[in-house]
Amino acid sequence: MRSLIAALALTTAFVSVADATTIYPLDRATILAGSPFDLKVEFDGQVKAGDVSVTINGQPAEAVLGKKPDFIETEAGTTASAVLLRAAAIAKPGSYKVEAKAGAETKTVTWDVYATPSTAKAKNVIFFLADGFSVAHRTGARLMSKGMTEGKANGRLNIDDFERMAFIGTSSTNAIATDSANTMSAYMTGHKTAVNALGVYVDRTKDTLDDPKVETIAEAVRRLSKKSVGVVSTAELEDATPAAVVAHTRARADKAEIVGMFYDVKPDVMLGGGSAYFLPKTTPGSKRKDDKDYIQLFKDAGYTLATDKAELAAAAGTNTGKILGLFHPANMDTILDREFLKKGTVAKFPNQPGLVEMTKAALNQLAKNPDGFFLMVEGASIDKMSHPMDWERALFETIEFDQAVGVGIEFLKTHPDTLIVVTGDHAHGVSIIGTIDDNKPGTDMREKVGVYADAGFPNYEDKNGDGFPDKVDVTRRLAVFSSNYPDYYETWRPKMDGPFEPAVQNEKKQYKANEQYKDVPGAVLREGNLPRSADTAVHAVDDVVLQATGAGAEGFKGYMEESDVYRVLVDAMALAPAKD
Amino acid sequence: MELISRRRMLASAAASLLLPALARPAAAATALDFSELYGKVSVLGLTFSDKVKALKEKAVAMRGFMAPPLKAEANFFVLTEIPMSLCPFCSSDADWPDNIVVVYLDRAQTFEQANALITVTGKLEVGSWTDPETGFVSLLRLTGASFRKA
Repeated sequence: MRSLIAALALTTAFVSVADATTIYPLDRATILAGSPFDLKVEFDGQVKAGDVSVTINGQPAEAVLGKKPDFIETEAGTTASAVLLRAAAIAKPGSYKVEAKAGAETKTVTWDVYATPSTAKAKNVIFFLADGFSVAHRTGARLMSKGMTEGKANGRLNIDDFERMAFIGTSSTNAIATDSANTMSAYMTGHKTAVNALGVYVDRTKDTLDDPKVETIAEAVRRLSKKSVGVVSTAELEDATPAAVVAHTRARADKAEIVGMFYDVKPDVMLGGGSAYFLPKTTPGSKRKDDKDYIQLFKDAGYTLATDKAELAAAAGTNTGKILGLFHPANMDTILDREFLKKGTVAKFPNQPGLVEMTKAALNQLAKNPDGFFLMVEGASIDKMSHPMDWERALFETIEFDQAVGVGIEFLKTHPDTLIVVTGDHAHGVSIIGTIDDNKPGTDMREKVGVYADAGFPNYEDKNGDGFPDKVDVTRRLAVFSSNYPDYYETWRPKMDGPFEPAVQNEKKQYKANEQYKDVPGAVLREGNLPRSADTAVHAVDDVVLQATGAGAEGFKGYMEESDVYRVLVDAMALAPAKD
Repeated sequence: MELISRRRMLASAAASLLLPALARPAAAATALDFSELYGKVSVLGLTFSDKVKALKEKAVAMRGFMAPPLKAEANFFVLTEIPMSLCPFCSSDADWPDNIVVVYLDRAQTFEQANALITVTGKLEVGSWTDPETGFVSLLRLTGASFRKA
C-alpha cells in the first residue's frame, strides 16, 4: 500500500514537471480538418532558439503545418520564451502527437483532427441555448405553464418531445466551475477554454486579444459554405453567449471589441440588446471609448436596422437579406416585466420584441437562403434572473424560451432537413422543493413552506391560454431555493417592483444583504454560504441536459463534453469532408 | 508623523478655503431627480432634458445611492438611482445603467455603505468626458461636490 502511494506521488510529481511547458491547443484537443488555429508553446523559462524543437508526429512542425512557427525569446510581460504560429491548419484527419522540447523542458500533447462526412444530413441548424438552464427551470416552467393534476403534468412543453438527449459536461480548462463564455465557446468552436474566454485558448500574456485563436462556427460556416448565419439573444449581442458565435478574446468584458468581431463576420441576422456598444462615444448613452459608429457601419454594409417590434416586422418584409435588430442599449427586459408587470426598463423601452418574435423574424429571413443557415437563439435571462434568485422571472423566461423552441419545431415540420438542438450552457444550484402557501396560519413565512404531502399543488391559472400564468403572485406558489447565496433577505414572494437585487457591496468590498428588502412583510435575513466577494448566486458544476431533434440528431447520446457538441453540428452540415 | 500632520494641515486649510465658496452654491442648489435627466431615451442614444440643459454649470442637489467605489478613499464615485451590486469601475463585467452621475468631490473622502440614500450637491457638468486617470467615460458629472445622508 505504501509503495503504491509512493509510486502515485512520483507519477504526480513527474506530470507536474512536464506541465511546466504548455502547448496550445491543449492535450486531447479535437480539431476540424482544415480549420485554422493558432499553435503556441509556452516554455517555463527563457530558452535558446537553437535548443527548441517542435515536432508533429516526429516531423518538424512546419512540415505538417506548412508554415514555420516564430520563436519569441522573451514574451512581453514574462521572462520566458514561446513558439507561436498563427492560423495553422491540418487538412488530413488523424491523430497528431505534438512534442515541444527546449533543453530539459519537454511537453507532449495529442490532437485528434477529424473530417466530417461528405453528405450533409442537415441543411439548417438551429441551436437554442438557454443560459443557465437547469432541470428545476424545466420542471418549474412545466408546472407554471401547464399545471399538474394528481401527479401528472396537464400538458407538455415543446422541449418535452425531443428524440435525442445527452448529458453535457460544462467544466472549463482551468476549473470544474464555469461561466457562459467558456461554455458557449466550447459549443461554438469544439475547443474547451478557460473561464471568461471566447474563441481562444488562454495564454499567460496580459493582452486579452492576443491569445491563441480557434475557429468559431460562424467563421467555419463562412469559410466552408454559402449558408447564412443568424444570432438572436435577449441579452446584449456582445454578451458572452451570442459573442461566442463570432468572437476571439480572453475577456468577455471586451464588449466594444466584440462588436467589431461581429462586424468582421457579419452574421446575416443579428437581433438582441446591447446598442450602447454600437454607438460612438460622443453619443449620450454610448459605452464605447472611441468614435466608431457601428450603427452606420452596419447600415453601410447593407443591413436594415430595427430598434423595436414594429421596425422588426417592417425589416422582416424587406429584401435586403440582412437585419440588425437592436432593441435595448443593454440587456432586454424579461417577459415578466415586458408583458405583465411593466417594471425594469419597460417604461423607457416599451416596444421590445420577445424571443418568439425574434426567432420567427430570424427564421423567416434565413430560410430565404437556398444553401441553408446556422442560427443561434439564446434565452439569456434564465441565467440573468437565476443569479439574483428571482425565480418567477427565471421561470417565465424559461416558458418564453420553450415557446421560441416551438417556433423552431414548426419550422422543422416544413423543413425536415433541419437539426434543432436545445441545451443549457451551465447549471444553477436551483431546486423546487414544494410550495409556499400564504393561507397557512400565522405570519412566519418559513412555516408556510409546504414540503412532501403538505406541498400540494400550486394554484397558478392560465385562463387566456398564452402559456403563462395569468397572475404570478398567486397564494400557493412554487417554493424555489438556491443551494448557494450571498447574504440576502428572503422575501418568499415574487418581486413585483422589478428584478431582485439580493446584495450590494459595502466599503470593504463585501456583499451585504440589500436593505431595500428588509421591510418586506415576512422577510428574513439569510447569512450567505458563498465567499463575501460573491454578489449573487453562482453557477453550478452539475451536468446540463442537451436535447435534439431533426436531421443528424442521432449524434447526441450518453455523456458528452461541450466541445464534442460542435462536431455533431459540423458533421450534420458536412462542413469539412475528408479530401483525398 | 510629520507627513501626517502636514497632510492634516493641508486638508484643513483646503476645507476652510473651500467652505465659504461652497456655502453659496449649496444654498442655491436646485433639486434634480434621476427621472429628470434625459428628454428622449432611445436605443440609438439619449438626449439631455431641458432641465439638465438649463442647469448646466449650475449648482444642483441629487439624491441617490453610492455605487461600490474603486477604493475606500477617493475623490470620485458613481451616484445611481437604485442601490447597485456592481462597481462600475472595477467589475470586469460592469453593466451599469445609463442613468448614473459621476461625482467628483472637493476632496478625497472615505466611503460609506452603498445601502444608504445620500444627497449630493455640486456643479452640474454636461457632455461626454473621459477621466484621464481612470479612462471612465461620463456624460453627467457633479464637480466640487459634497454629500450627506439623505
